[in-house]
Amino acid sequence: MTATAIKPKRVLPGFSLSLGTTLLYVALVILIPVIALILKGAQIGPAQFWAIVTSPRTLSALRVTVTAAAIATVFNAFYGLLMAWVLTRYDFPGKRILDALMDVPFALPTAVAGISLTALYSANGWFGAPLASAGIQLVYTLAGVTIAMAFTSIPFVVRAIQPVLEDLDPALEQAAMTLGASPWQIFRRVVLPAIFPAWLAGSTVAFARSLGEFGAVVFIAGNLPFKTEIAALLAYIRLEEYDYQGAAAIALVLLAFALVLLILSNWLQFRAARHLESKG
Amino acid sequence: MSATDLTHAPGQSRSVPRLLIALAFVLTAIFVVAPLAFIFWRALAEGWGAYVANITDPMTLHAILLTSLVAVIVVPVNIAFGIAAAWAIARFRFPGRKLLMTMIEIPFSISPIIAGICYLLLYGRQGLLGPFLAQHDLKVMFALPGIVLVTMFVTAPFVAREVLPLMQAQGSEQEEAAVTLGAKGWQVFSRVTLPNIRWALLYGAVLATARAVGEFGGVSVVSGSIRGQTNTLPLQIELMFNDLNTTGAFAAASTLTVIALVVLVVKAALESRR
Repeated sequence: MTATAIKPKRVLPGFSLSLGTTLLYVALVILIPVIALILKGAQIGPAQFWAIVTSPRTLSALRVTVTAAAIATVFNAFYGLLMAWVLTRYDFPGKRILDALMDVPFALPTAVAGISLTALYSANGWFGAPLASAGIQLVYTLAGVTIAMAFTSIPFVVRAIQPVLEDLDPALEQAAMTLGASPWQIFRRVVLPAIFPAWLAGSTVAFARSLGEFGAVVFIAGNLPFKTEIAALLAYIRLEEYDYQGAAAIALVLLAFALVLLILSNWLQFRAARHLESKG
Repeated sequence: MSATDLTHAPGQSRSVPRLLIALAFVLTAIFVVAPLAFIFWRALAEGWGAYVANITDPMTLHAILLTSLVAVIVVPVNIAFGIAAAWAIARFRFPGRKLLMTMIEIPFSISPIIAGICYLLLYGRQGLLGPFLAQHDLKVMFALPGIVLVTMFVTAPFVAREVLPLMQAQGSEQEEAAVTLGAKGWQVFSRVTLPNIRWALLYGAVLATARAVGEFGGVSVVSGSIRGQTNTLPLQIELMFNDLNTTGAFAAASTLTVIALVVLVVKAALESRR
């Protein structure tokens, strides 16, 4: 009799209901639309696909996107590390507000961020006016695209490192200090190795987010082909031209980037979690 | 806190922490506070009267209503899905569990524009289901169903991401005890699970709401941006900004910014509870 088994496999009810609901939703809302894109992409044919992806305009849009996303990620890697460090290691007035502000880019709709950054950095904005009198223009340039991408991906690095720093055993650092290590040596030899997987994982997610960012970027970019046109926008333009193959091909390239980065960041997070567990 | 032990270490300068804290404040003021404050400053640049007139503009009001309608449909569905996914993944072991978790995260890492294109290639006139939909006279794209579907896609992970880690951390002993004591499935959920996860659930729902009302890229692909019909609030903001009605755009944007601030306050309140 199953009832007398010492430990039944599943005590809790609702397995088939919850898993069924989840699978149905994932299939209908997430998988089938993504598969539609892949099927449409497969209909294009390799030669045509290659021609679209390597056309000068697509290549330049991809170059603009990857360059700006890379710079934005490097900025956020350091800004995020600084913020995570300051928020976990020091006590000071205004700390909780500073902590809460880290989520602003996550909560603020991208189009709202987009128009605000554009107006802020344009010639009559708070930052744009002094910059303009110094002869620097950021809107409608690659720098503008980078600023928008950096803004929307601010939370990822901070929030990835913070829990690891909080859980880091202070005894390790104290031991290093007693052994005569300088603060910089402690940071480099003790702290950095511990937070490195989380740091990389956060930066990977920030990079992925920047590659796909649209709402915040389109306003400040000015969208000049070959200069500030990003890949997501080019896909959008192809749709408006009823060039569905062109849109599908570019979207597939972005999807491939996103999936590779998603798998990479999950693997890094798994390593970061294992690091935490081994420290116990 | 151990942190203070380190900062007060003998012979160690206190100027480094001060410098780092100052740098953190300055950079956050430039990169986060300024864009946030500028929205309200610009929205109110022409005074309260102009602000109220802008918010109550019929097109803006229609956009606010449409956006609210989308959120009212999407968020409850998202909550149900998030709970189901968290229950299945946290409480049971089955093959493909890790893969399912990764799939739920997909919308989080792909561009909303790609999501929009996926839906267009599925439900659009040239899409895979296009001929079928045309035959049955069903309109998904450039109409409310398309907007709702894309919003469901982009918000899919939000509730699940908040509830799942909590349920995993809490373990299933309490629920198993309830079952042993003879509780029915629904009783276990409403009396044991729900009280344990309610705050994470609330935060996930608030995040999903903020994301739903603010969605731009995906919706702009599938809505067709028909003025007074399928223009959601973010699309209306884009339209006004591009029409050089900057004050109107910022007035509309300020409503979404208030929602974003509510998200932050809810999160801070929930964290101080823990």
